[in-house]
Amino acid sequence: MIRFKNLKLAAGLLLASSLFSSTAFAQDNMRIALVVKALGIGFFEAAAKGAEEAAGELGNVEIIYTGPTDTTAEGQIEVINSLIAQNVDAIAISANDPDALVPALKKAMQRGITVISWDSGVAEEGRQMHLNPSSNALIGNMIIKLAADHLPDGGQVAVLSATATATNQNIWIDEMNKVMGDYPGIEVVTTVYGDDLADKSYREAQGLMQSYPDLDAIIAPTSVGIVAAAQAVDDAGKSGEINVTGLGLPSEMAGAIESGASKSFAIWNPIDLGYSATMIAHALASDKAKAEAGSEIPMGRMGTIVLDDTTSGAMADPFVYDSSNIDEFKSIF
Amino acid sequence: MSGSNTATEVANVIPDRIKSRLEQSLKSWESLLMLVAIAIFIANSFASPYFLNAWNLSDATFNFTEKAYIAFALALLIIAGEIDLSVAAIIALASTAMGAAVQAGAGTPVLVLVGLGTGLLCGAFNGLLVTRLGLPSIVATIGTMSLFRGISYIILGDQAYRGYPADFAFFGQGYVFWVISFEFVLFVLLAIVYSILLHKTNFGRAVYAIGNNPTGALFSGIRVARVKFILFLLTGLMAGVAAICLTSRLGSTRPSIATGWELEIVTMVVLGGVNILGGSGTLPGVVIAAFVMGLVTFGLGLLNVPGIVMSIVIGALLIGVIALPRLWSKWKHR
Repeated sequence: MIRFKNLKLAAGLLLASSLFSSTAFAQDNMRIALVVKALGIGFFEAAAKGAEEAAGELGNVEIIYTGPTDTTAEGQIEVINSLIAQNVDAIAISANDPDALVPALKKAMQRGITVISWDSGVAEEGRQMHLNPSSNALIGNMIIKLAADHLPDGGQVAVLSATATATNQNIWIDEMNKVMGDYPGIEVVTTVYGDDLADKSYREAQGLMQSYPDLDAIIAPTSVGIVAAAQAVDDAGKSGEINVTGLGLPSEMAGAIESGASKSFAIWNPIDLGYSATMIAHALASDKAKAEAGSEIPMGRMGTIVLDDTTSGAMADPFVYDSSNIDEFKSIF
Repeated sequence: MSGSNTATEVANVIPDRIKSRLEQSLKSWESLLMLVAIAIFIANSFASPYFLNAWNLSDATFNFTEKAYIAFALALLIIAGEIDLSVAAIIALASTAMGAAVQAGAGTPVLVLVGLGTGLLCGAFNGLLVTRLGLPSIVATIGTMSLFRGISYIILGDQAYRGYPADFAFFGQGYVFWVISFEFVLFVLLAIVYSILLHKTNFGRAVYAIGNNPTGALFSGIRVARVKFILFLLTGLMAGVAAICLTSRLGSTRPSIATGWELEIVTMVVLGGVNILGGSGTLPGVVIAAFVMGLVTFGLGLLNVPGIVMSIVIGALLIGVIALPRLWSKWKHR
């Protein structure tokens, strides 16, 4: 019992002494925490690689790559609390919930920590700025550019979208139509809808090949549609004749690139995303830039980001994947 | 089982305690756990320069307070030989109900009533399934676990309820005095209330009796079904309390709120020395277990240890703390 009491006393003394100790620990390095939705996801591991690259370029920057085990807001809040306790300089987070993280991130900002969100955003009051991987206009331009690049003499292209009411796809197709003037000789013959179902997308792609025998390319701005269309083209023995392109995931599209059904496609590059998030967090935490509407923040090799009225901005064009880099990325995401 | 030991002094009653009080308390589960907690505390303060800081330790308590509220009530339920796995789903449903009330223009007092009321209703539903229909509690509450959270998903889908009134934030984000948060004060109060309920009242004795021998308890004049029903009500009520605090801390409601908490709460109860088969366990044990789990996760978090490693550590701790006393007694009786 006595031993027991002594231990209690010792713990009490430790606790008491702690209450007077200060948090001021000398820090040479700037510590930037890259908080992801959950650990063990290829996309985010790649983002961490980009963050390390940025840290190497900047020098004196330590990256803390962390996140919960499951994609829960509560798990991320525990992570944020421990980062606040460590008094890190900046938190760059891909959020599991745009609202539930706000109180915890507000507390971080009150304690002088720079907070930005990237990939999946946080509501405006919970962060200083948000980094979007791309913008609707850039995506709309990219999907038609991917097709046009392989058609120097012009040609017929068709769009295989998700559902007719899919917000994202409709915006991207609208944006694409706006820039059609930049691609003379390219004619969009029709838009069909595969409803983001593999079998329906496959049949729609077959239908396109029958209805338009001179078709040169199919643009599918959906990761389900692009895989199904590439399969349909390959099964019809038209690989090399009809180029399937759009937005897809490298892991799912590696086969189509190999067979020649797709020459190239695009999606965000997680390495660039982690790199840019780190660059922005560093610029804000070291007061080299301000997160205000209209301000410009340097992102190293990725150029400069311009913030809009919601203090969010677009990083870059979607990244193009083709036979030269598909092997590197197919194992990542 | 401290307190009411006057019975042992009556000659014709078989003593339920043969060792001295001192020896017993030194070798008790609680002392062992306390040692573990102190060891973790000391290890943490050496491992990270950020650990011994009043604000940081205060932040760390949020990792376990809400779960502990439920663990207190669940400890009683488990001692009585039943279990409730729907507690996290009750949080989701109670939070959703509060969110709906906010949309209807309810103020903070109404929100608290809605949260507590939803918890009570869910607890009553579980209690009826078990005591009236005679379903095994593990089956019944696995069912209601899906049911309650399912209702939240139907109401909310991929949407969220926001716009909680500013003063509602006090429950999950407010401080009563300096670094002492409201949640921590509530934790201490509930720990005292449940300790008294379990260890100092007839109701508490009935809980142990039911857990050890429900038939015997029934023939001793204990209204077994009624006690069990009250325990389910209390567990539901505590889930409602946790829902209020968690919702206030998050400032929003999604149907995925508190996902996976039921197992963490059961872990807390078992780590606290409560026999999962019922009949034994103490409330102070659960209180210390709450601290142990909170200290471990926060300490490892400060070292940026990945969450999966934390789960492994908690698992190892659970097996270790349960296995050690058994090995010890085997070795002694050899």
